[in-house]
Amino acid sequence: MAARQTPLYETHVKYGGKIVEFGGWLLPVQYAGILDEHKSVREKAGLFDVSHMGEVLVKGPDALAFLQKLVTNDVARIADTQVQYTPMCYPDGGTVDDLLIYKRAQDEYFLVINAANIEKDWQWIQDNSKGYQVELTNLSAETAEVALQGPLAESILSKLTTAALAELKYYWFIPEAEVAGKKVMISRTGYTGEDGFEIYCQPDDAAALWEAIMEAGKPYGLVPAGLGCRDTLRFEATLPLYGHELSAEITPLEAGLGKFVSLDKGEFNGCEILAQQQQTGVERKLAGFVLTGRGVPRAEYPVVHEGRQIGMVTTGSYAPTLGKNMGLALVEAEFAQIGQQFSVEIRGKEVSAEVVSKPFYKRGK
Amino acid sequence: MNIPKELKYSKDHEWVRVEGNIAVIGISDYAQSQLGDVVFVEVPAVGVELSAGSGLAVVESVKAVSDVYAPVSGKVIESNEALADAPELINQQPYGDGWIAKIEIADKAELERLLDSQAYEQLAAEGGH
Repeated sequence: MAARQTPLYETHVKYGGKIVEFGGWLLPVQYAGILDEHKSVREKAGLFDVSHMGEVLVKGPDALAFLQKLVTNDVARIADTQVQYTPMCYPDGGTVDDLLIYKRAQDEYFLVINAANIEKDWQWIQDNSKGYQVELTNLSAETAEVALQGPLAESILSKLTTAALAELKYYWFIPEAEVAGKKVMISRTGYTGEDGFEIYCQPDDAAALWEAIMEAGKPYGLVPAGLGCRDTLRFEATLPLYGHELSAEITPLEAGLGKFVSLDKGEFNGCEILAQQQQTGVERKLAGFVLTGRGVPRAEYPVVHEGRQIGMVTTGSYAPTLGKNMGLALVEAEFAQIGQQFSVEIRGKEVSAEVVSKPFYKRGK
Repeated sequence: MNIPKELKYSKDHEWVRVEGNIAVIGISDYAQSQLGDVVFVEVPAVGVELSAGSGLAVVESVKAVSDVYAPVSGKVIESNEALADAPELINQQPYGDGWIAKIEIADKAELERLLDSQAYEQLAAEGGH
């Protein structure tokens, strides 16, 4: 299958984006450079195209009951116009995907799923809906999305809208707003560890919206930001990336996402295995580590202790804000304690590492 | 793109500056721009004997790990230790302070197989392959 373009493809080319294929999409990995963009988002603001993300609308009298079975978090806990992060599991506890749920009304929910998982999720969601009175719509092709992230995001966006951004709390959304004259949905969410907004719009409006935000952000030092820094930013904030920290072989509890698994809400896919893991303790745990020897840890490098492999790196990178080479690794649980020493095998050589607390980076209040 | 005329180039984007019997080696401006921000460089140990085409160094950008190959055979007589603390020198001065290693050339005839600046410019213009 040929890689697809988002509605902002031409815009990325115009802004000098270096285009790569990611999850079946052609997207900019960087514009000026990953480190520059990373720093801008931490200190000022960056604008990302995240139109590749998938969106599914769940509507109907059984919408809540259906979602309660489908995902691990307790969807009953969120109010109208609130957003919830949740893993979605297979009956064996492995993870289908992780997603955001936007509650529009008691019987209407908007799901945001990972780009690489759209077809799989859509099938899974449909298969699981049997017996529930719900109407499912895959809105992925009709929805564009940009993410404005960084400490100056609110100042910039407020230039273009009368929506009450200052009152919008973290993980809440405004279902209908106007930004630069375009109809959008705005949530105070993101994947960078910074304050910011995710703005959903019609594909035809995406380019004009992008230009308007870039223009409004000029005096604030706003830069276009690519997938490269999106990954380093989420990594420092230790936000999981599906296919790395989560997969069909990794449960949310192993990934340290226990607070998004509600074992007391009633039955849901994976609840038996997850309850068992919760009770007996997980055998593998996600540990954050800093490489104390020289090198850069990378995904899939073996983690070794006294000559024996005890796990594997799920994400590793130079962490630009911290100036260190760091990683996340799924290791045997006893080796996940803070202060634990182990080695990462890099090109056949063992390089020493030490477990540190997560997240690696947390923004100031 | 900066492609100095006095240097020789390999198809794998290394450059060579011949100083008598010594080959000073680095990666081209084109290569560094393709890699993006370099965050780590593994330089060879001094004294190691390398044959042309074998692994000389590893350059890692934020996103990618890339091998650097020896453009000519010979013994490594010096490695650029400054890259340990300042890997960004590869981006900033690929032909200057961002050099990677010096090799004592075993067989000068191997230099004939390298590209001149014009041929390398064409290779880079074609997308580097």
